[in-house]
Amino acid sequence: MPKMTYREAITKALADAMRADARVVLFGEDVAVAGGVFKVTPGLYEEFGALRVRDTPISEQAFIGAALGAAITGLRPVAELMFADFIPVAMDQIVNQIAKYRYMSGGQFVVPLTIRAAQGAGAGFGTQHSQCAESWLMNMPGLKIVVPGTVADAYGLLRTAIEENNPVIVLEHKVMYNLAEEVPDVLPHVPLGVAAVRRAGRDVTIVATQLVMQRSLEAADALAAEGISVEVIDLRSMAPLDEETILASLEKTHRLLIVEEAPHAGGWGATIAALAADRGIYLLDAPVKRVNMGGALVAYSPPLEDEVVPNAKRIAQAVRDLVAE
Amino acid sequence: MTQHALAPALPLETRQRMLRQMLEIRLAEESIQGLFLENLIRGTTHLCIGQEACSSGVAAVLQPGDTVTCTYRGHGHALAMGLSLKGMLAEMMGKASGICKGKGGSMHMTDASLGLLGANAIVGAQLPIAVGAALTAQVMGTGTLAITFFGEGASNIGAFHEALNLAAIWKLPVLFICENNQYGEYSAMHVTTPVANIADRASSYGMPGIIVDGQDAEIVYDQVKAAADRARSGGGPSLIELKTYRFKGHSRTDQAPYRPKGELDAWLKRDPILILKERMIAEGQLDETEYEELRSALERSVHEAVEWAKAEPFPALETLVQDIYYEG
Ligand SMILES: Cc1ncc(C[n+]2csc(CCOP(=O)(O)OP(=O)(O)O)c2C)c(N)n1
Ligand SMILES: [Mg+2]
Repeated sequence: MPKMTYREAITKALADAMRADARVVLFGEDVAVAGGVFKVTPGLYEEFGALRVRDTPISEQAFIGAALGAAITGLRPVAELMFADFIPVAMDQIVNQIAKYRYMSGGQFVVPLTIRAAQGAGAGFGTQHSQCAESWLMNMPGLKIVVPGTVADAYGLLRTAIEENNPVIVLEHKVMYNLAEEVPDVLPHVPLGVAAVRRAGRDVTIVATQLVMQRSLEAADALAAEGISVEVIDLRSMAPLDEETILASLEKTHRLLIVEEAPHAGGWGATIAALAADRGIYLLDAPVKRVNMGGALVAYSPPLEDEVVPNAKRIAQAVRDLVAE
Repeated sequence: MTQHALAPALPLETRQRMLRQMLEIRLAEESIQGLFLENLIRGTTHLCIGQEACSSGVAAVLQPGDTVTCTYRGHGHALAMGLSLKGMLAEMMGKASGICKGKGGSMHMTDASLGLLGANAIVGAQLPIAVGAALTAQVMGTGTLAITFFGEGASNIGAFHEALNLAAIWKLPVLFICENNQYGEYSAMHVTTPVANIADRASSYGMPGIIVDGQDAEIVYDQVKAAADRARSGGGPSLIELKTYRFKGHSRTDQAPYRPKGELDAWLKRDPILILKERMIAEGQLDETEYEELRSALERSVHEAVEWAKAEPFPALETLVQDIYYEG
């Protein structure tokens, strides 16, 4: 099987989507001639031309709103928001417009648009360039949200997002762009709303995403040596949420650890914990545990930044504690 | 920047259509105010009484495939574009047969089949959306136009500036039409806005800024048509400022006590309906009897639409969770 990086998978998904459908257009700051700040879009301008691949001014409200206007009139725009931390700058368009446009018109529109943004800590960008955005957006019916955590998913989720007739926010993790994994020759589309069991186990279920999902797999390796068997679920789609895969896992393990790259209060893990309480309480042998950023923010200094995002050691310790309950 | 004082003489049937539209809008808005006071329309309403020439002058420029986004003060635009009065009134009363199935209300008149892409309740948000509609027109080469309406108050919000800048840099077929009705909520324009004309702001974005008498439907048509032709043929966007006035308060029961004495009276003399009516009478195209007949016919049809909408059922409760996502 060939190896591919997360970044290359996204570039390929964009190119394949644009080849497959002339209505797909791409725009964002420096995405055309320069190939993107994260170098995700090189070659697209050259292949698809200035009409379909465009640099925008630094005006997130305008080009995210334009994505909506284009989507409801027949294009399938993909807008790159660069850092996910800039989402709040365009929050009105995302929350009041994009999410609600179909609803408040009584279903008169389909809104086939995709917004891509790079999120997450670990690259030394400081506190305004390192946040994860999914928890901000999950409170908004009308949006679909995906968080690819593998190379194959970076391709497959984006392809599905662009073909979806609803707005989809694709949050890429910026420290994963260089992640290289083996992928099949023909990369499949990945459905929205379906979680993936990355590792099967008996004793504890971990629900995680992206970087902390990869770290959970590391922790699971270490724990296997201690005789603790961990099941790791990669949520990969925050909306819609795949509740059944989580509950099916709890039927086996009876213990739930949620690992988030997010502050504790209002973090998406609270929604998973509520699911366990609502529909899984009789499956549980121990209280639900969450490992996350607590009340902290992402700091610049390397040891501080390393400390804030759950690492394999912290995750493994939380599993041990949970097994001991 | 030009201020055109002379109205072009439009063909008789265009004048008749404009007069009829403006009267229908006026009468509909008056009945909407009554329905609000009766609590049959809830929350809020924003009437465009006094600004009807903006709606009907611009609507006369529209061609099939053109799109419009506007504000909560958009009932006039919707009617001038051909939205059914019944569908509009039912929507305001929250009925199942409302144009948005009761999910939108007074501030969100939308009829995709007419190109009316939505009235917006967030000041300024409709401008970027129109830019996107114009992007579609450019990418697909349709020769169509996107028009967006907003108030002079909205020219102070970021979305206005970002939208004009983006449209200019991409040379998109979009017209930014400011209905300068002199007030944003309860604040006179000079309190919030350091320029005398909103059109002056166009120069920052390298596009024409055009000041137009917004009380004269024929002048509105003429000036907007010229900018529309330019945009359709690849000449890029324009900012058009229609100088107008709202004869009523901002919303709900606002009596506009903040207006200086005499200001309203001066503007009432420039009632857009009177301007066109008197011109048509002077030119022998209309007489008082015909006007009164038109007026009573429209009164009857507005009354009928109101009674019809009142009798319509509310939506079934299961529709609450429908139309959030497209399923298919
Ligand atoms: C972003 C935002 N800020 C404030 C409001 C509250 N608001 C509603 S209408 C209005 C005044 C707008 O004035 P203008 O743009 O001149 O339009 P007009 O109402 O006069 O037609 C305000 C402040 C809002 N709806 N959205
Ligand atoms: Mg105003």
